Amino acid sequence: MNRRTLRRAFSNLMVGLMIGAVVVALLPLFVILINLILKGAGSLSADFFTKMPAPAGESGGGVAHALVGTLIIVGMAGLIGLPIGIGGGIYCAEYPNSRLTWVTRFVADVMNGTPSIVVGVFAWAWIVAQQKHFSALAGSVALALLMIPMVLRTTEEMIKLVPNSLREAALALGYPRWRTSLSVVVRATLPGIMTGALLAVARIAGETAPLLFTALGSQYLSFNIDQPMAALPLTVFTYATGPYEEWHQYAWAAALVLIMLVFFLSLGARLAVRRRFTLNG
Amino acid sequence: MTATTEPARPPASPPTASLERADYGDRVFKGVLTLAALSVPILLGFLVYELWDGAALAIARYGFGFVTTSTWDPVAEDFGALPLIFGTLASSLLALLIAVPLSLGVAIYLTEFAPKSLRQPVAFLIGLLAAIPSVVYGLWGIFVLVPLLRAHVFPFLRDTLGFLPFFQGPIYGPSMLAAGIILAIMVMPYIMSVGREVLLAVPNTQREAALALGATRWEAVTTAVLPYARSGIVGAVILGLGRALGETMAVTMLIGNRHEIAASLFAPGYTMAAAIANEFSEAVGDLHLSALAYVAFLLFLVTVIVNAGARLLIWRVARGSGAGSSAL
Repeated sequence: MNRRTLRRAFSNLMVGLMIGAVVVALLPLFVILINLILKGAGSLSADFFTKMPAPAGESGGGVAHALVGTLIIVGMAGLIGLPIGIGGGIYCAEYPNSRLTWVTRFVADVMNGTPSIVVGVFAWAWIVAQQKHFSALAGSVALALLMIPMVLRTTEEMIKLVPNSLREAALALGYPRWRTSLSVVVRATLPGIMTGALLAVARIAGETAPLLFTALGSQYLSFNIDQPMAALPLTVFTYATGPYEEWHQYAWAAALVLIMLVFFLSLGARLAVRRRFTLNG
Repeated sequence: MTATTEPARPPASPPTASLERADYGDRVFKGVLTLAALSVPILLGFLVYELWDGAALAIARYGFGFVTTSTWDPVAEDFGALPLIFGTLASSLLALLIAVPLSLGVAIYLTEFAPKSLRQPVAFLIGLLAAIPSVVYGLWGIFVLVPLLRAHVFPFLRDTLGFLPFFQGPIYGPSMLAAGIILAIMVMPYIMSVGREVLLAVPNTQREAALALGATRWEAVTTAVLPYARSGIVGAVILGLGRALGETMAVTMLIGNRHEIAASLFAPGYTMAAAIANEFSEAVGDLHLSALAYVAFLLFLVTVIVNAGARLLIWRVARGSGAGSSAL
């Protein structure tokens, strides 16, 4: 009897410790978010979004060049990465017994675990070293490479969820295979595929390491993808490690904007798919 | 029979034409998709080739001895990666030491004990940690975590555990321990989410059997659930290791960036990823660049091996349930 109570007490103690672990695990999230808001929100103003950076050491100015740069670099990465990722995903789902499917799936998993800095070195060697100058395009290629495996795997998983009866019904009605795939199967999973794509975009929008020696960063507004270009994560890095107090404040504000961008993208993606699923029953 | 041979009939009747069109469409469709699917292995092949090609100079010069020597002198053009490899392993293991008990505690609590209404929200919040960009962790680390560690935690550790070689020596702030702590926060969501999926894949009969034999709920976890999920949990931990090994920005900003092997966790160090991040765009000598590419090549090899091993282990527990794929 006594021993039984002891064992119960130990069980309860362990549960208490685990609740402690939950608290400790959640603590950094709240501390980081609160710090970002406290230290970053003060510098957010219309100027911050619309102006170019002020000369080093002076106050005022903004990060418009980095916002534009991030939009361009991430947008191009999407243009390169999404077709390959989604196309490859459809292939893997539609031809599950092909040997190429097995290879592609395996390679996507390998690439998924590849450190982003290594992908940056690859983009440098492949593009920057050949062209002999840094360029936004090289950064986009690096980001696209990080995106492809994520998009490919979610697309494949999503398409696999489509019941086979749907496919059979379309084929029985005389639809050719490609139309069955595109206008029945892929269409049914489009919200899921878009969610995967948005999540991947959110993930790469915050990436810094692959841009360090590809897009390089810049102090000027630039629309030329063949030249170095600023990006929000690079700005956070440069300002955070720089010597000026103003820069540090701008780093916090830029980080706040960056994290809002990433959170809204991924939250939006999740909410979109949830609403869609509840609507369909 | 006779009808088909009749010459009056047009050679391509409407149904055959549409079938041919369908066949043509199918071939185009498959061709385009094959191109997309094929480009993935081709890109990886390119990646391996370019890394190898970039590293060729350093490989020819140092061979395998690169990983056992400690000089890193861009001026004299002499390079050895041992401190980088040491720093990468030390910071990652330190991170696991902190993150594994925490994330497994959370994963076990959420699958076995927590009220149903709490499970999804807590998992979601911890998942948000994975969405925070690395550079934001670095920023927070520089201006919040490191000052806190330098002022309170490090002196406390030195006073209480100072008899250990790990907690001796001068306190700078940016250090191996600071990098380990930030890495722990960063890999925690990955270990937790894969660990949770693995635990969810354990059949309920395991728990019921243990409880029916009179085990307390904690005993049911340790005797029936964890042994069943063991290889999957090891897989989750190794997956976390893979993440930690390649993490770049936050570590670069917190580890102090010194090519040195020190026993003290208060001392600055360096990792492979951080060295590439810091020196690559400023490297002038060909050999310096090549040495960094060699480091990248080694880092790539290590992470591939670590991730492949993790996947194999997770796959053994959660066969077909897709565990592990979503967390990546």
